[in-house]
Amino acid sequence: MLEMEGNTVVIAMSGGVDSSVAAALLVEQGYRVIGMMLRLWSEEGKEDQNRCCTPDAMALARRVAAKLGIPFYALDVRDRFKELVVTHFLQGYASGVTPNPCLKCNRFIRWGVLYEHARSLGANWFATGHYARLRRLESGEVQLLRGLDAEKDQSYVLSVLPQEQLQHTLFPIGEFHKHEVRELAQRLGLPVAHRPDSQDLCFLAGGDYRDFLARHAPQVRQPGLIVDRQGNVLGEHQGLAFYTIGQRKGLGISSPRPLYVLEKDVYQNRLVVGEEHELGRSNLIANEVNWISGNPPETPLPVEVKIRYKAREARAVVIPLTSNRVRVQFEYPLRDITPGQQCVFYQGDICLGGGIISTEVESA
Amino acid sequence: MSQGRYYLDYAATTPLDSKVLEKMFPFFTDQFGNPSSVHFWGQQAENAVELAREEVASCLNAEPAEIVFTGCGTESDNLALRGVARAQRNLNGKTHLLTTPVEHHAVSHTAFDLAEREGFEVELLPVDSFGMVDPDEVARRIRKDTALVSVIYANNEIGTINPIAEIGRICQEKGVPFHTDAVQAAAHLKMDVQRDNVDLLSIGAHKFYGPKGAGALYIRKGTPVVAVQTGGKQENYLRAGTHNVPYIVGLAEALKIAQSNPEERAHHYQSMRDALIDTVLTRIPGSQLTGHPVMRLPNHASFVFDRVDGNTLLMMLDVKGFACSSGSACKTGSPQPSEVLLALGIPPQLALSSLRVTLGRDTTPEVITRFVEALSDCISQQRR
Repeated sequence: MLEMEGNTVVIAMSGGVDSSVAAALLVEQGYRVIGMMLRLWSEEGKEDQNRCCTPDAMALARRVAAKLGIPFYALDVRDRFKELVVTHFLQGYASGVTPNPCLKCNRFIRWGVLYEHARSLGANWFATGHYARLRRLESGEVQLLRGLDAEKDQSYVLSVLPQEQLQHTLFPIGEFHKHEVRELAQRLGLPVAHRPDSQDLCFLAGGDYRDFLARHAPQVRQPGLIVDRQGNVLGEHQGLAFYTIGQRKGLGISSPRPLYVLEKDVYQNRLVVGEEHELGRSNLIANEVNWISGNPPETPLPVEVKIRYKAREARAVVIPLTSNRVRVQFEYPLRDITPGQQCVFYQGDICLGGGIISTEVESA
Repeated sequence: MSQGRYYLDYAATTPLDSKVLEKMFPFFTDQFGNPSSVHFWGQQAENAVELAREEVASCLNAEPAEIVFTGCGTESDNLALRGVARAQRNLNGKTHLLTTPVEHHAVSHTAFDLAEREGFEVELLPVDSFGMVDPDEVARRIRKDTALVSVIYANNEIGTINPIAEIGRICQEKGVPFHTDAVQAAAHLKMDVQRDNVDLLSIGAHKFYGPKGAGALYIRKGTPVVAVQTGGKQENYLRAGTHNVPYIVGLAEALKIAQSNPEERAHHYQSMRDALIDTVLTRIPGSQLTGHPVMRLPNHASFVFDRVDGNTLLMMLDVKGFACSSGSACKTGSPQPSEVLLALGIPPQLALSSLRVTLGRDTTPEVITRFVEALSDCISQQRR
């Protein structure tokens, strides 16, 4: 019988270059590696376009696993994905916020369903091909650090992970730059070296999120009024979900000066617009805050904040309100604070955690 | 066999018998001719195919002219169902197909496809909680317009053996062609199309230590049937395409070995299999045998377990070095419960915990002991 050893790791594979190289590195480091691929939900008839798990990608991942000499299993999580991620996405838009489903997927599918599966298979480690690093402190605490490649850093989408899960997590490519990962893939002869990077949400299958919403949450297609801060009616919108905070183009109203989306008033189904100088807020409330260390701070904390995945860091102070609710006070106002998006706190390279930007507005 | 790994999935496929491989070799190289050619090489190859046909016929107690070589068991099932259904409709206006809820997809999906696209009516016979068909129900449900009855000989997922001879007798009396998918059964049970009153019988070589990619269909003389694959005039116009000579030779040799003394081998498997079932049922709480306790394939054991995810169980066992299956092969981790298990009245959640263990030539009592040990560990780990 094959004995389970203490260094068995399950790697989440996608058929992409990052997770393939991550798997190869683990094999090289002497781990006993098991490859697993998630079958995620797609709209009927679009299974071939879901970038995370097309039959093509699955075949590719299988070939990589065979090349590395590791077992490979597929795990069908379509129902759970639909229930936990897609539903949340639709409900978010329907309630006027702009959710980020990748974070839900990471928390509840990758580090939820798949992580539990890995543990029940007897693995003591769980790995992914994310660009992030982990630092294991002497106290036993694990810190989440940005990936070495600043361009590719994915700590933002990992800010939802609990300490317990990170204790058992490995990020093999966090110490590498993307170009090095591609070179490694080539050198190892992995059939994925030239695959393009993935873009957008997997379940949109390359389509526009607005079309997807119109198909699955027709209620978001509810026209309403476009108003300014004073309540003057300026035009009609097509449904709040189709606009983003800070948006200028495509409002369909003529005005001597450019107008921007300032706010979505869900209760009155109104889109509030204004001039450039009216944009911007210097604080926000974040809920469902996850502190990577597991210990929420008790006093205000100076941090750098990212208010969306590709946003630049902004200096701010985080003021704890409860153990999972904070106020963030920015040094300078930000123009595109978007309720529903994750707001992530850093100190240098260390990702401290993050929470979901609330619709609540506090006057500064 | 790879070191520390044990194969217990012989119902999915078997390794090629080295004696069979030996027989196949010359037909890849020296005797490479096309049986349809006029010349020496063609005659040599044709001779090999016709010898194989005689051997297969004699194994099944049939005439050589009643054997059609195909590419696999699934293709045999397709030819039987589509070929007979279409002929029956065109010649006799009959469009009623009578089959069971415990067929392999090769039969059930083909029947439903005929219903969906060609207007046939598919009726499913009831089965008991062991997945067995009652011959009286066949008698009751055969109609004037019944084109074909198709009942699986022995089920792949639960191992249950159907009363084929009785069903065959009823069909014969009523003058309705009777097909049986014997892909699993031919590996372990003595086949005899006369004893069993069968008009069409499907087999696939890789289930009995023959090569993958070779199958055969027995078609009783006089059975209405039209070709599904058209082209050349091979196989009496019923299966166009150049003969796969080495594989046909391999199928015949493998079937000859499987059909010589199957009772003796059955006895050998059965004692290990019964020990396996007994230990699992006594050692693992919440375990239940699926399929018939006695009327089942001698190498076949299948279970469901309370509070267990079958898909995870397979991975855990594989990680420990034991290769099993959840029922039929070809799954990509799909969480759909098996239709066969649902047809036995097993609740969907429980059906998702299914495990199939099938024994073969390399299985020893020692392997079984280790396997039960590992299975018991995996299940308690999952239930923790």
